[in-house]
Amino acid sequence: MSAIRLEIHIKPRPGLLNPEGKAIHHALHSLGWNGVADVRVGKTIYMDLDAESEAAALETAEAMCRKMLANPVTEDFEISVVTAEGAAS
Amino acid sequence: MKVAVVTFPGSNCDYDLYKAVQDVGGSPTFVWHRERGLDGYDAVMLPGGFSYGDYLRGGAIARLSPVMEDVVAYAAAGGPVLGVCNGFQILCEAGLLPGALMRNESLRFQSFPVRLRVERADTLFTTAYDEGQVLRIPIAHGEGNYEADPATLERLEGDGRVVFRYVDASGEPTDDGNPNGSWHNIAGIVNEAGNVLGMMPHPERAMEPLLGSTDGRGVFTSLVRALGAAAPAATP
Repeated sequence: MSAIRLEIHIKPRPGLLNPEGKAIHHALHSLGWNGVADVRVGKTIYMDLDAESEAAALETAEAMCRKMLANPVTEDFEISVVTAEGAAS
Repeated sequence: MKVAVVTFPGSNCDYDLYKAVQDVGGSPTFVWHRERGLDGYDAVMLPGGFSYGDYLRGGAIARLSPVMEDVVAYAAAGGPVLGVCNGFQILCEAGLLPGALMRNESLRFQSFPVRLRVERADTLFTTAYDEGQVLRIPIAHGEGNYEADPATLERLEGDGRVVFRYVDASGEPTDDGNPNGSWHNIAGIVNEAGNVLGMMPHPERAMEPLLGSTDGRGVFTSLVRALGAAAPAATP
């Protein structure tokens, strides 16, 4: 067992209105960044999880997403393992 | 009418619901979210507020409270369940009602009286109203923008499960009358069996002439009437 570092990205479903993203989009435009085509805001959960292996950690985190961390009506999720070098993979 | 008013850490409309139940002659009891067992209650109500600080998503953590297992069983057995505001969010998160309540389109917390049209006057919670009647009831929420997948939305409308809709001054469900961006101006829905109602507006805050409206009373008097007529509550 060792702590495996995970990043869990909770992303708003494409096509659903994302009011926060829309507000940021407008603000960026008003600052002159006219090339911004779309902005959507989600959230990232940083987690250290004790697990036998990366595969086991991913499986557990996926169950957490389905049960609680993400709302299947409005959100998708993506889980990545953060390697020793610090890069998410 | 014995009513369980379930309270979570961060509930703040629990006393209002308690008082509303008393006002129509019912006897309310607070049930802490860690308590178990809802046997013997004629109805269960989930109040508004900010359970668990709305962390993660409104209602996402509250719905994992121990008492929610009993609420799910109570609802499955046909017991009447009313969720107001955060209570509606909790019912959606718990899967007792479909869909989700997203951030208001305006990004603002909206707190003012709205116009609500009664779409169904034949549910446990609405027989005191007339179909098409327009009520004045306050809202107070930042996340009341009702969304669901297209198939669910179609089913809700097809089955006539939209109970309350936001309308404008002329009684029409226009964008003008929609305070939060909800799909089809949905303000309140029932489950398939009709015994679980979730609504964003606060009927318990529209009980006294002094506070500007008594239009919320009907939700509670309807329930009293329904329970008086029907067999005692379900005991899961």
